Amino acid sequence: MKEWTFIAIIAVVSLATPAAPILIGKLIGPRKPNTLKNATYECGVETVGDTWVQFKVQYYIFALVFLVFDIEVVFLYPWAVAYNQLPLFGVIEGVIFIIILAAALIYAWRKGALEWT
Amino acid sequence: MTVTTIIFAVMAIFTLGGGLGVVASRNLFHAALYLVLSLFGIAGLFILLEAPFLAAVQVLVYVGAIAVLITITIMVTRRLMGPVESLNRQWPVAAVAAALVMATLGFVLVNQFSGISTAPDVPADGLTLLGAAFVDPAGFLLPFEVASVLLLAALIGAIVVARD
Repeated sequence: MKEWTFIAIIAVVSLATPAAPILIGKLIGPRKPNTLKNATYECGVETVGDTWVQFKVQYYIFALVFLVFDIEVVFLYPWAVAYNQLPLFGVIEGVIFIIILAAALIYAWRKGALEWT
Repeated sequence: MTVTTIIFAVMAIFTLGGGLGVVASRNLFHAALYLVLSLFGIAGLFILLEAPFLAAVQVLVYVGAIAVLITITIMVTRRLMGPVESLNRQWPVAAVAAALVMATLGFVLVNQFSGISTAPDVPADGLTLLGAAFVDPAGFLLPFEVASVLLLAALIGAIVVARD
């Protein structure tokens, strides 16, 4: 449990660091709002259209491909840790797992799902 | 009041507060962000249970992939962006389903865990045991291989729905 103390300290510091300037600005900053200051802008330029727009479906495909291989990592990590103690059968089972998911990647690739069109 | 109790309380507040934010938020996008907070809280609870691998998986898969996927699902769906009505025609069905899930979880909690006050010891080589059990025919071999087929089906299904 000791080693988690450092992660806990880093988590608190990383939350406090961006929160502190926002809070300090709220507490001691002068506030004289006018119409121009309250206008929505993006990099100094006025925004065009609605902010809540529909995004391209490609983002979804990319996220799903990422999810598939993320879960693959979760299954393969314990398998790799136990690799030296596994019988040949166990190693082959892991390889079959990888091949099935490689088929998924090849399918997505051949269908052009990974192209940004 | 030990340090562990305080950390547990903080993580429980993250988990329950995030869950409350998910159901109470009018904006579905904000609900997804509350879900991330709740999932981080659960990762903290896994650390307290001395299951660091599950905590890492929780952050990697649930926060890193599933919450991102949910966020993107909302972003690619035109009607769900921005504030939406919190009640629609399906609310009685959803209420029944939610009540059934809560009853099942409550039953399991009371039935299986009522006598346990401390968490049992975690074996030091738990990860190795898990990896060996994944490919052991007497262990989880079938679910392990079915998981890869399930992921393949999910990917093919999403590509077919999204592109054709």
